[in-house]
Amino acid sequence: MNEYDAVDPSRRDALALGRDLLLAGAAARWAGPTSAHAATTRDPQAPVLAKLTLRVNGEARPLVLDTRTTLLDALREHLHLTGTKKGCDHGQCGACTVIVGGRRINACLSLAVMHDGDDITTIEGLGTPGHLHPMQAAFVRHDAYQCGYCTTGQICSSVAMLEELRRGIPSHAGGDVAAAPTATPDELRERMSGNICRCGAYSNIIDAIAEVAGTRP
Amino acid sequence: MRAFTYERATSTAQAAERAASVSGAKFIAGGTNLLDLMKIEIETPTHLIDVNGLDLARIEPTPDGGLRIGALVRNTDLAADARVRRDYPVLARALLADASPQLRNRATTAGNLLQRTRCPYFYDSDQPCNKRVPGSGCAALAGYRRMHAIVGTSDACIAAHPSDMAVALRVLDATVETIRADGSTRSFPLADLHRLPGSTPHLETTLDAGELVTAVVLPPPAGGVHVYRKVRDRASYAFALVSVALVRQADGSGRVALGGVAPKPWRSEEAEHALASDPTAVVDALLEGARTSPDNAFKVALARRALDAAIADARSVR
Amino acid sequence: MKFDTPATTNPIDRLAVVGQPVDRIDGPLKATGTARYAYEHNDAVAHPAYGYVVGAGIAKGTIRSMDLAEATAAPGVIAIVTADNAGPLGKGDRNTARLLGGPRIEHYHQAIALVVAESFEQARAAARRIRVDYAREAGAFDLAHAKGSAAKPRSGKPDTAVGDFDGAFAAAPVKLDEEYTTPDQSHAMMEPHASTALWDGDRLVIWTSNQMVAWAVSDIAKTLGIAKEKVHLMSPFIGGGFGGKLFVRADAILAALGARAAKRPVKVALPRPLMFNNTVHRPATIQRIRIGATHAGRITAIAHESWSGDLPGGKPETAVDQTRLLYAGANRMTALRLAVLDLAEANAMRAPGEAPGMMALEIAIDEMAEKLGIDPVQFRIANDTQVDPEHPERPFSRRRLIDCLQTGARRFGWDARKARPASTRDGRWLVGLGVAAAFRNNLVAKSGARVRLGRDGTIAVETDMTDIGTGSYTIIAQTAAEMMGVPLHQVVVRLGDSDYPVSSGSGGQWGGNSSTAGVYAACMKLRESVLAKLGLPGDAEFVDGQVRAGTRRASLAEAARNGELVAEDSMEYGDLAKRYQQSTFGAHFVEVRVDAATGETRVKRMLAVCAAGRILNPKTARSQVIGAMTMGVGAALSEHLVVDRAAGFFVNHDLAGYEVPVHADIPHLDVVFLDETDPMSSPMKAKGVAELGICGVAAAIANAIHHATGVRVRDYPVTLDKLIDRLPPLGRA
Repeated sequence: MNEYDAVDPSRRDALALGRDLLLAGAAARWAGPTSAHAATTRDPQAPVLAKLTLRVNGEARPLVLDTRTTLLDALREHLHLTGTKKGCDHGQCGACTVIVGGRRINACLSLAVMHDGDDITTIEGLGTPGHLHPMQAAFVRHDAYQCGYCTTGQICSSVAMLEELRRGIPSHAGGDVAAAPTATPDELRERMSGNICRCGAYSNIIDAIAEVAGTRP
Repeated sequence: MRAFTYERATSTAQAAERAASVSGAKFIAGGTNLLDLMKIEIETPTHLIDVNGLDLARIEPTPDGGLRIGALVRNTDLAADARVRRDYPVLARALLADASPQLRNRATTAGNLLQRTRCPYFYDSDQPCNKRVPGSGCAALAGYRRMHAIVGTSDACIAAHPSDMAVALRVLDATVETIRADGSTRSFPLADLHRLPGSTPHLETTLDAGELVTAVVLPPPAGGVHVYRKVRDRASYAFALVSVALVRQADGSGRVALGGVAPKPWRSEEAEHALASDPTAVVDALLEGARTSPDNAFKVALARRALDAAIADARSVR
Repeated sequence: MKFDTPATTNPIDRLAVVGQPVDRIDGPLKATGTARYAYEHNDAVAHPAYGYVVGAGIAKGTIRSMDLAEATAAPGVIAIVTADNAGPLGKGDRNTARLLGGPRIEHYHQAIALVVAESFEQARAAARRIRVDYAREAGAFDLAHAKGSAAKPRSGKPDTAVGDFDGAFAAAPVKLDEEYTTPDQSHAMMEPHASTALWDGDRLVIWTSNQMVAWAVSDIAKTLGIAKEKVHLMSPFIGGGFGGKLFVRADAILAALGARAAKRPVKVALPRPLMFNNTVHRPATIQRIRIGATHAGRITAIAHESWSGDLPGGKPETAVDQTRLLYAGANRMTALRLAVLDLAEANAMRAPGEAPGMMALEIAIDEMAEKLGIDPVQFRIANDTQVDPEHPERPFSRRRLIDCLQTGARRFGWDARKARPASTRDGRWLVGLGVAAAFRNNLVAKSGARVRLGRDGTIAVETDMTDIGTGSYTIIAQTAAEMMGVPLHQVVVRLGDSDYPVSSGSGGQWGGNSSTAGVYAACMKLRESVLAKLGLPGDAEFVDGQVRAGTRRASLAEAARNGELVAEDSMEYGDLAKRYQQSTFGAHFVEVRVDAATGETRVKRMLAVCAAGRILNPKTARSQVIGAMTMGVGAALSEHLVVDRAAGFFVNHDLAGYEVPVHADIPHLDVVFLDETDPMSSPMKAKGVAELGICGVAAAIANAIHHATGVRVRDYPVTLDKLIDRLPPLGRA
């Protein structure tokens, strides 16, 4: 618990950072240096607050959050980085894919408090409408989306996926699990299968990724 | 999700001690199953002990030529490990058939073993479920059972264990290492980790309160050709209807474990003696006394055929 | 503007912008996450409260009591909305069940409360603290069981009959009489139903994810008992709908009620596990098809009957629609029957009627071709009709089914197919090819737009039309650019706002053609204003930012020199759709591989050939078709809302249990659009493709599985358990 500063609710910065929660009234508990202390406070339903810093797209973002806050809700509701989407909130769709420490994960199935100090790349960190990341540009060119709701997750996932391929991480699609994988269409499909697109843009998404990977058939 | 306090564990012993002494405490590592269930209050810890910072993320050789896999090794890293890919490919393949890359990037070795069933009635708190609320009944028994277990079940519960990795570890004769609240450690066969439901389906493992899995140990490589055949409706990102982990030696002998059919990885060392001569007999022995419904009766034939296919795959590897 | 005579040459025919495969103009917003969806309007709503929906835990009955004490006292809770305290609520014209249940419960997970709290985490936790005591009632949940009690629906056209079906069928030398079943299916769009609501005095401002802005406004107003004028609704980006967002759902009503109770903006998104039973679904069908033919393969008798279920007051799945129109045959009958089921509300999902209808009909046609020993492509061609077979005086406006089938067969290599099933093998895989016709009626709807010419020569289009992924932003911009003779980048499109003129909205594949026709009408009016301003004659051309008449030319911007010019109009339709049958056609070709050991089916190749009028943007239209093909793969192979017949609900109510296709299920998809215009449809000469693309796909796959394995499955989805007992024996698999 030593990385976690106790937060004094009377402090002005805590008020600013934890605005939404403090509006809830005085019932909040604080994740202090001794959690035993916190665990014995009177109301078991009262939110427990933790102070943490996410490094999002290269920028330190200090936060005071209810420990229950997922990384996804921290990004969307507290940092207003709504490019990361909530499709299912249960790890069943991939719309919330972000890159943490170089790895793609489902932001919905991770607590923000578990990512104190972590480097997080979201879609907003890849490019902007005026300066698209090559993968974003490829998605536009190939019409690799329709409604756009899974798109940011697909793009974050694909950027990290190509890095996984480069590092030689195997997949279920490979014939020989000991061999170095290559970016065949079947490999790309298997590796992108954690990102559901109900509009059914898969065929175009794979074309876009293959173009960026330099293996477009 | 209920409110919870949170701490980061500083050592395995401290973590185990805290888990046993703080009421309502749970370990969290990858969190991919625990948080899923906490959101719908099927898991309701009031204190989380984050073990991610512990030094349990290494894969190391053991003196006898095996491999010790730290409890926190992520599924992706385990599948990508050169030694696993070379010497225990059934494990790499099972891992890669599991979940999605994003989930495998977070999910840990111990968490994968300890994940809970995906029975849809277990997940729906408006339905009776003996695993969730002991004594409330089992909605699945008279309900939709396509994904459910057909052996090892009871009148109280027919839930299947969803892990692919565990099936491969079972066929590899893995052992589990733990530390308990009193600081003592123990090691036992993976086969002894999961309980059958009996009349207490809410008790899923043989771990004590606060006991922390620290590693899974693989014995020296068994050789042979390794196959993991996972059968499912869609081609990826789906739980198994039936899976087969096979380690087959050149003479046709070997080991077999089944997934998707039981509350735990399903293997019988006795039955697999017949593997070389009569593979179907192995499956029939494994599934003896199967209790099926019209929804899942196909699993018997499917398991036979999946093993047959796995053997054909193994044969095709020279 | 009224469209009541066939289109002749008009400015769209220039096809300088329309018809070009341009990138979506909203693409960079979507690719960067800057397109804002209903839950994401943080710029406009700084500190919303969060609403969490509680769903009923029973399928049918009443709430005896609801204990809110613990939830009310939970930290952060601001308000709890229930039917008890919400005040009198009406029901939207387009809703079957009430959106806030209680004390009556009409279906599982019907919303019974909204907990509003300071944070999402607090609202979710408090929602679990509500205790409900129910009086359960027995309900009807099983269509097969309720089939006998199904009745003729009171609305629509349940029955049709021409000639003497019974006599002709009895006399036919070759007959088919089979039953087919399609399961309940879920839209499962990626963005959950979501709304952000606030009250500005007595005026409701709501961002919601909805395909039909004007319908939503009127149904929200009716439900809340306020005037339509008091509702300002915005739906600029919609994360998928497929029909599931045609109608107002609980998120919108509860966000409005929650905001009223909390006296703050409130946002509500339906939790994914609630969506499947709380919202709408495509209902299951049981379909009986009888076909009689001559030995030469001429259909002489065809009958299609379909049974489906819905809540009391609901509607049938019109699964026989296409059979009234698709194939010739002098003696025919169709019938729809509707049973009462106490499951969630059944409603439209992508190509309602035709999608499940074609799943059955196009297997039946394949079976009939097999009985006759005729190639299934040829059998379809032999029974083509160029007139409405029930009303032979009505020709089709355009009907190129034969072209679609022949073009597809040629491109797919159909000629190389061995007629005998289960005759091709590639290692562990049994290989099969399948075909099906694609058919979906073309609908047109009145649609309005406002067009502004700015002083700088830019064009702005405003309409309440929605873009649910269909490409509306882009084709509307293309239409305005073409009409006004400006480059695409000089057009701004503003959609999905109830302050804008009422459009067709998005549904029934009518949106693309109808909404652009409305923009056409407004642009025609704006052109008149421009010409009047510039003093140019009516035959002037609008090209390259200029207006030209003979040797006279002026810049378009010149017309707005003294101020913006604004024109508003709508396109309405006469009786062309009555005089001519307007439909869209296609052909689907599929190669599947079925694992000889396990029966797992994987799609290897797919081709769709479509004849659907003018294609306004081949790039976005192709996306619509591949998306529909992908959803068709799900319908064929995995999608199935499973009914718990005892408790009365869809059991697999999340995205792990309800399996939609993933990347690994979908190969590269080929789409061909035949070069076609349909002057009967609108001045755009376009029709819809988004629903055509799904019609027939599942049957083509089922037919390919039959070709691969010799096993005929008439019960969707075609999962391995339905094949496994008839696959090659062990050892040969």
